[in-house]
Amino acid sequence: MAEAHPVGFQWVMEAKRRGAKIIHVDPRFTRTSAMADTFVPLRAGSDIAFLGGLINHVLRGGHYFHEYVAAYTNAATIVDESFADTEDLDGVFSGFTGSGYDETSWYYQGARVNPAAGERDQWHDVFGSPEHDRATSEEESARRAEPETDPSLTHPRCVFQILKRHFARYTPELVEQLCGIDQERFHEVAEALVANSGRERTTAFAYAVGWTHHTVGVQYIRAASILQLLLGNIGRPGGGILALRGHASIQGSTDIPTLFDLLPGYIPMPRAHPNLSLDEFVATNAADKGYWGNIRDYVVSLLKAWWGEYATAENDFRFDHLPRLTGDHGTFQTVIDQIEGRVRGYFVVGENPAVGTANAHQQRMGLANLDWLVVRDLNMIETATFWRNGPEIENGETSPSEIGTEVFFLPAAAHTEKDGTFTNTQRMLQWHHKAVEPLDDQRSDLWFFYHLGLRIKSKLAARRFERDARQRERDRPVLELTWDYPTEGDLAEPSADAVLREINGTDAEGRALSSYTRLRSDGSTRAGCWIYCGVYAGEINRAARREPGEQQSWVAPEWGWSWPANRRILYNRAAADPAGAPWSERKAYVWWDAEQRRWTGHDVPDVDVAKPPDYEPAADAHGPDALRGTDPFIMQGDGLGWLYAPAGLHDGPLPTHYEPQESPLRNTLHATQRNPARRLYHRPENRYQPSGAEPGAEVFPYVFTTFRLTEHHTAGGMSRWLPHLAELAPAMFVELSPELAVERGLRHLGWATVITARGAIEGRVLVTPRIRPLRSNGRTLHQIGIPWHWGPNGLTTGDAANELLNVALDPTVHIMETKAGACDIRPGRRPRGVELHRLIATYRARAGITEHTGGDAPPPDNGLPENGTRPSGTDTVDGGEDES
Amino acid sequence: MSPDRPSEHPLFELERSMRTGEHARETAPEPAVGSSNGNRLSGPLADPSAEAGYSEQHPDRMGFFTDTSVCIGCKACEVACKEWNLLEEDGLELTGMSYDNTTDLGATTWRHVAFVEQRIDLSTRARVDIGMPGMGPPETATEEVAGSEVRWLMSSDVCKHCTHAACLDVCPTGALIRSEYGTVVVQDDVCNGCGYCVPACPYGVIDIHPENGGAFKCTLCQDRLGSGMTPACATACPTESIQYGPLDQLRERAEQRLEQLHEQGITEARLYGQDPTDGVGGDGAFFLLLDEPEVYGLPPDPVVTTRDLPAMACYALAAAATAAVTIASCFLGGRR
Repeated sequence: MAEAHPVGFQWVMEAKRRGAKIIHVDPRFTRTSAMADTFVPLRAGSDIAFLGGLINHVLRGGHYFHEYVAAYTNAATIVDESFADTEDLDGVFSGFTGSGYDETSWYYQGARVNPAAGERDQWHDVFGSPEHDRATSEEESARRAEPETDPSLTHPRCVFQILKRHFARYTPELVEQLCGIDQERFHEVAEALVANSGRERTTAFAYAVGWTHHTVGVQYIRAASILQLLLGNIGRPGGGILALRGHASIQGSTDIPTLFDLLPGYIPMPRAHPNLSLDEFVATNAADKGYWGNIRDYVVSLLKAWWGEYATAENDFRFDHLPRLTGDHGTFQTVIDQIEGRVRGYFVVGENPAVGTANAHQQRMGLANLDWLVVRDLNMIETATFWRNGPEIENGETSPSEIGTEVFFLPAAAHTEKDGTFTNTQRMLQWHHKAVEPLDDQRSDLWFFYHLGLRIKSKLAARRFERDARQRERDRPVLELTWDYPTEGDLAEPSADAVLREINGTDAEGRALSSYTRLRSDGSTRAGCWIYCGVYAGEINRAARREPGEQQSWVAPEWGWSWPANRRILYNRAAADPAGAPWSERKAYVWWDAEQRRWTGHDVPDVDVAKPPDYEPAADAHGPDALRGTDPFIMQGDGLGWLYAPAGLHDGPLPTHYEPQESPLRNTLHATQRNPARRLYHRPENRYQPSGAEPGAEVFPYVFTTFRLTEHHTAGGMSRWLPHLAELAPAMFVELSPELAVERGLRHLGWATVITARGAIEGRVLVTPRIRPLRSNGRTLHQIGIPWHWGPNGLTTGDAANELLNVALDPTVHIMETKAGACDIRPGRRPRGVELHRLIATYRARAGITEHTGGDAPPPDNGLPENGTRPSGTDTVDGGEDES
Repeated sequence: MSPDRPSEHPLFELERSMRTGEHARETAPEPAVGSSNGNRLSGPLADPSAEAGYSEQHPDRMGFFTDTSVCIGCKACEVACKEWNLLEEDGLELTGMSYDNTTDLGATTWRHVAFVEQRIDLSTRARVDIGMPGMGPPETATEEVAGSEVRWLMSSDVCKHCTHAACLDVCPTGALIRSEYGTVVVQDDVCNGCGYCVPACPYGVIDIHPENGGAFKCTLCQDRLGSGMTPACATACPTESIQYGPLDQLRERAEQRLEQLHEQGITEARLYGQDPTDGVGGDGAFFLLLDEPEVYGLPPDPVVTTRDLPAMACYALAAAATAAVTIASCFLGGRR
């Protein structure tokens, strides 16, 4: 955190100053470790074993917060009897189809509950087969189903007991074996965690992409969630799990997403079910209980914001105008589609995939096979110049004359040159004002997309009469789109303020709405992103508020604006006990005021303020009304914190330790080496290495993890061109231990070449005692740290770490595994030209790598996903020919 | 001259008094604390600005307290300093000295973050010699260092703005001056690039710019202080490792912080440069360190290089007199 989020780290230092104990868990000793009270080095890719060990410690020792767990989590809920655990099936859950999971056996007994995030489309559950009578199903869904529970937590199929059994083998010995953490240190962490949780104290977890960039990335976070729920650390001051996002406003670009499967405010993108109507979309995606029960309000308000007067009740508010998902349209699949010639044009905005995305070679292959490419950036990044100085040109694989892609490079304005908001970790929108005008042709992204939209609209309108009926129908979503932002200045810069107001939403009279609870499904309200509703309440840009901390309460509600409803801690109903009183004076946050008959406190209560703690919903209540007065997790389909996730995930309801896609070690926990539901792309440019006990795994004996330096920013687009940053970290290097240096004959400051099945890169050697070999599974394991900031352009240049990485994805969120891989390292610079090819081919041959390596079984005959509605798991997407 | 000219910048006053010769005769008040060896080039001195001739209305002596125990090595101070002071990039060399690619202070680097990797014994908190990479199998190496832990020290170094600044003392052109804030500032337009100040500095801070030939170093952002702004480095520091303020307050705060760390068992914490009785009369920019100063590349016992000037002058005079007497006696003897 000190490395990649130094500004945010000031609050960790502030906590330390006030007596907090800081524990840092990382494969590498970093600037964060230097500040921590305790540093826990672990093997990259083994965190679920570590967290599982802590969960087991809490469960076995009875250290969990019993009242919290009983009242606020699904510990008591009984799971369907068809569920079988990885502990029963040697590493897979029930419902495994050989490539992915049929998730029905994971459901609660007696009720299907929709998750707050992840996979929510219940088409098959609600409507069964397409022939099923849809009207009947809608009537059936009028009755709210409640899952069975056992408040004593003793039923063998209740979540609590399942959890206990699931984690029983995650002992300190296992943690030592899998993670390389000695038992003494493990106990130190476990005891600190327990001692610092409960009524009087809370513990916070902060993580970044070291936890998410794995083929089991979502399950890492699930493991942390289970631990924090057991300890009562969610929804309370000083608690929580804080996602430190990877860039400025990355949180904002998931809220108003650049993700293919989400609409603004985490509304699922509709899937391509035949003739899907708005009603059917709502029926298959809404939750019976909680605020997702009001999804129709959010969707209709969004459609009204986008298509205004054209969206009416009669035409389903133009629900037809929304695109439909026909399968995976994520970034890696898109690039494969480019290589296959199925995608002809590409916008790359503020990103540098030619060096910044896993398997960078694959990315450049895609770029090289386009008709046109638009790159908008601050500097002439590698994505715009791959065709003339990319590694493929250097190595003679191809030449500029063979690449037909027409590249348009458009200079972008920096954040100091435009108005707008950042939304970061704490879901807080903070406005930034333009300080200077952009120079020359530099324009803000807002300017670019607004004026591009205007031009497209005018071109389509002008050619209306040349178009046939079908084409005109296809043009309608664009032509009818609300696109009327006021502009200002000589550049005709659209008003970011007006955009924020549109996102906030307006009522029937055009006044800014104050809260998402005001949204209606009758078409009278508009809102571009329902969770941001209220940021412009009272016609005031609340994101721009900067009331100094000393002039307001310690919660500081007058600084910026946090979604939802300016609430600083989500699910803060859990900060009070079931009766509504604070768990302790020290940790008082929101509470039920019995005299006033309302919720009050330091923050905006995350509960209907008039709903008493003893409220019990009627049997036919739906949505928020169906939440009991004690249900704090108001977005969940059962109002509870999920120790066990009965839906939403594609790789299991509980986290289980799997080895990374490529690991020198065998999974000794169970026979299933890797996440069986992970997504693989067996392609010539994306060959996988053998792992664990597989023959050839010894060719890649070292673990590597990619990392960031404070001195540089991501793929370097914002730092390698700046002299004052370039000089601080002026060369690509790799970090390793003195022991590995001896083992491989590597000299400090000399060159080293790191090799995987995808590529080989060179870097200078930094031998440091900060990296220490670990003992894992009875052997000595060396880890190598590789920063990923470099590329061929800029003031400081070097090889890109992403040449090494494979594309193997987490099945739920399609994230790649950048944080744990296997490689070999040798002294000296990497070979050039055809010699480089030969080196990689030699390694592939030595490891016996084929098109099936890295999969769990030979590819199935029919690898096509059913309807494109479910991810294909380990189904292979095999495109081109094998390499010679 | 009138001591009360509040509307005028003290530098003008100083300049005038120096021109007219009044400076030495009248305006220099006696040092509040007498210097131990009776000269004004060393020893405790409560108010260097007053010593330099500023009127009583001059502002408090300002300085830096750099608490290295909370430095996270982000180098924001280095970048902010270079940005504000328009200093150019001065080398794209990977040094291999941990994450320190700046290496030292110089004409174009006025803040420098040192990174020191150590292995310390957990029980004694003493340094363990890392030595050369072990040749044995890693198991042995791991056992060898059991009970030890890696420690990574980071510290942002800067000009110390000494109470007795040798650079200023030796400057023949008056380019180096004491500012009204008690800091030491080079006036680029007066500096003739003679370079006397470079060897005079006991910390190796000031340096000659390789291209324009002038001497440069930290000004404590003299051009920000006048408008009530904090120096760029201290503004950028996210963890308040660099604290700026009146030196008296900083010294007090540092003592409290030291006490706090000692209570927490961090007994190796120590202050460096805060002592007015040290060889430079105390630093305007001082530090809290977690190890010996040498570990950070700081001299353990800096002494203002001009401290012994009066004594040296006496010795020189005595030697000259002795020589004169000897020579004279030769002639006298010759007459015999």
